[in-house]
Amino acid sequence: MSNESNRREFLKQSGLLTGGALLTSLPSFSASYGYNQSVDDTIKVALIGCGGRGTGAAMQAMNTKQNIKVVAMADAFRDRLDESYTSLTKHPQAAQKVDIPDDRKFVGFDAYKQAIPLADVVILATPPGFRPSHFEEAVKQGKHIFMEKPVATDAPGVRRVLAAAEEAKKKKLNVVVGLQRRYQPSYREMIKRIHDGAIGDIVGGQVYWISGGVWQKPRKPDQSEMDYQMRNWYYFNWLCGDHINEQHVHNIDVANWVKNSYPVSCQGTGGRQVRTGKDYGEIFDHHIVDFVYADGTTINSQCRHYEGTYSRVDEMFLGTKGKVEGMEKRNSALMTYKGQPIYSYDAKADASPYQIEHNELFAAIAKGDYKFADAERVAKSTMTAIMGRMATYSGKMVKWEEALNSQIDLFPDKLAWDAMPKVLPNADGLYPVAVPGKTVTV
Amino acid sequence: MRKFINLLTLACAITVSSQAQVSNDRTKSYVQQIPGSALTYDMVAIPGGTFQMGSPASEKGRKPDEGPQHSVKIEPFWMGKLEVTWDLFDLFSFHNMEKEMAAKTPGFDLAKTDAVTRPSPPYVDMSFGMGRAGYPAINMTQYSAIKFCAWLYAKTGEFYRLPTEAEWEYACRAGTQTTYSFGNDMKLLGQYAVYKANSGGAYKKVGTKKPNPWGLHDMHGNVMEWTLDQYIPDYYAKRAKGTVTEPYAKVTQLYPNSVRGGSWDDDPLVLRSAARTPSDPSWKVLDPQSPKSEWWLTSASFVGFRVVRPLKKPSDEEIKAYYNPPLIEDY
Repeated sequence: MSNESNRREFLKQSGLLTGGALLTSLPSFSASYGYNQSVDDTIKVALIGCGGRGTGAAMQAMNTKQNIKVVAMADAFRDRLDESYTSLTKHPQAAQKVDIPDDRKFVGFDAYKQAIPLADVVILATPPGFRPSHFEEAVKQGKHIFMEKPVATDAPGVRRVLAAAEEAKKKKLNVVVGLQRRYQPSYREMIKRIHDGAIGDIVGGQVYWISGGVWQKPRKPDQSEMDYQMRNWYYFNWLCGDHINEQHVHNIDVANWVKNSYPVSCQGTGGRQVRTGKDYGEIFDHHIVDFVYADGTTINSQCRHYEGTYSRVDEMFLGTKGKVEGMEKRNSALMTYKGQPIYSYDAKADASPYQIEHNELFAAIAKGDYKFADAERVAKSTMTAIMGRMATYSGKMVKWEEALNSQIDLFPDKLAWDAMPKVLPNADGLYPVAVPGKTVTV
Repeated sequence: MRKFINLLTLACAITVSSQAQVSNDRTKSYVQQIPGSALTYDMVAIPGGTFQMGSPASEKGRKPDEGPQHSVKIEPFWMGKLEVTWDLFDLFSFHNMEKEMAAKTPGFDLAKTDAVTRPSPPYVDMSFGMGRAGYPAINMTQYSAIKFCAWLYAKTGEFYRLPTEAEWEYACRAGTQTTYSFGNDMKLLGQYAVYKANSGGAYKKVGTKKPNPWGLHDMHGNVMEWTLDQYIPDYYAKRAKGTVTEPYAKVTQLYPNSVRGGSWDDDPLVLRSAARTPSDPSWKVLDPQSPKSEWWLTSASFVGFRVVRPLKKPSDEEIKAYYNPPLIEDY
């Protein structure tokens, strides 16, 4: 198969391209290549982070037209890995594409290091706090990558991802990141026309993720603090980065996409109004941020987790010649200020964007194409969300450069089940929460 | 009216343990109070009877799965006057909200609903920004709607469930045999239904349109409604012999199930009394997880439900079976 020989050649080149990478990546790469030689066009996948989303991403990889084998799994928790394995092997068609004997199931904080070398493509879907180290390792090993958003939880993490993204470009590693709106036909068509000037220059907008919030898991007796925070990662910034980062990055990224740039500064308001108990770690339940772009455009961002209230996940933009009131709507439309349609898109028959992102990634890999370098822009959209958090936590105006260069590192000094994260509960079980005007975030 | 309800309350307090205002008189509609909250849900008495289910081959827009027309006997029941709204559904979805509301409206023992299995919080906004208070709850799976009924039973002590497909069509027709419950004139549809031409691309609050002859609103349009049945295209053909009593196709597969009434997103023909819509895996196309949520659809902002209460309360064993359908996982 010519495609296959292209791909092999490509995989080989990817691994060999830079001298620096050669030494570190050669052993694992040759192992991977050797495995491939006897199994025709198989693309081997390792799943790092076996929650519902990681498992879903592995399913989507297996649903592509390419010949996929999921060959290794890694997770911090044995039970999560086992549930994922059960899920992957339950579907009869998927099960044929899963080849993970027990000795390729890796558990613990370092599990990813053992799983990554065994694959051609890695899926990185742990909580975002781990993404910088996992992405660095995957790039170092010369792997193509699908990773979930956001890609960091603090500025040092963003800088590591940006550096590794440069390395990935040099090695021509395809990197797709799960900001799936970038792969969603409706968004692609609408934003293409916005960029073509259909509603003029974009001079304002609002982006929203206001919803009821997410799961929470009760503390168990004798559970270590690290175990508790890992199980409830959503509520701790070193793992999640707050929901402005973990969820709202989707809508913030759409703003950056529409503006074709990143904000130069922001200021905002946030706090814990409804979700205040000790079960909810340290994150806020609402943030409202003004993001200001270099041309003076302000995009207002609003996210909150209040149960049983009005909810909306969407983006709207105002141009000099027209507007779009809801990008997320199935019948989204660009229109004039008098309400005349300029362009509309019915997304009813669209395929899943989650599937499309895998289809495109694996098709490129199979052909030996180098097409995707999502990491840099997602790192910057992640930085945008983190900058928003810096503003709501501190109450200060925050500038892009100072945010990006912040030395505040949220990550624990040591990763181990008996090690302590940096943020700990007080005697009443409550975690310290940012106080605007007092908390320093940059 | 107030006085009447008070009297009824007294009567019920004597005959039924503590279920104020719930009627056991098959001819009476009633208001179901939702204990531990200020919410109510109106139930309309539907008389028992026999009707012609399905549509004649001559009906415009008719599909083969609507035939042959056949005689179906239905026992009396009560049906929700309106589609279930987010106000009520959120109380089921969000345990904390139920607790907070119960604290404001004392008299309900929260232990009663503690054991009910509830939806995992949806990751995305399930109302798609179309509005929440007073608007129909949408995007729940049939499993989720059934579990809501189990919660409502725990909450009220009354047995509620989804209507069977036959009950739904019987109640929708309300004694009519025409295309719609108001006749055959499609021009009148806008007075009775929220559908594609008048919805502005979103659902509307429940009950903004005229009711059908039995006082039920939005049976045509606004949101499609879950029934208890598996969708079997040739089900009528298979069973049509004489008069069929209380037909019901038990669910054995995740897809398709039968959904009725058409929605804000549909053309008039989908809203016909006899029209059947099969549920579809594409309704979860935006669920990125595996297994996919058993609770939420991600792309069915046109599907909701209403509940019924049969006159004859099933046995405890039957109730248990209703509320615990086998969970069919979706990989």
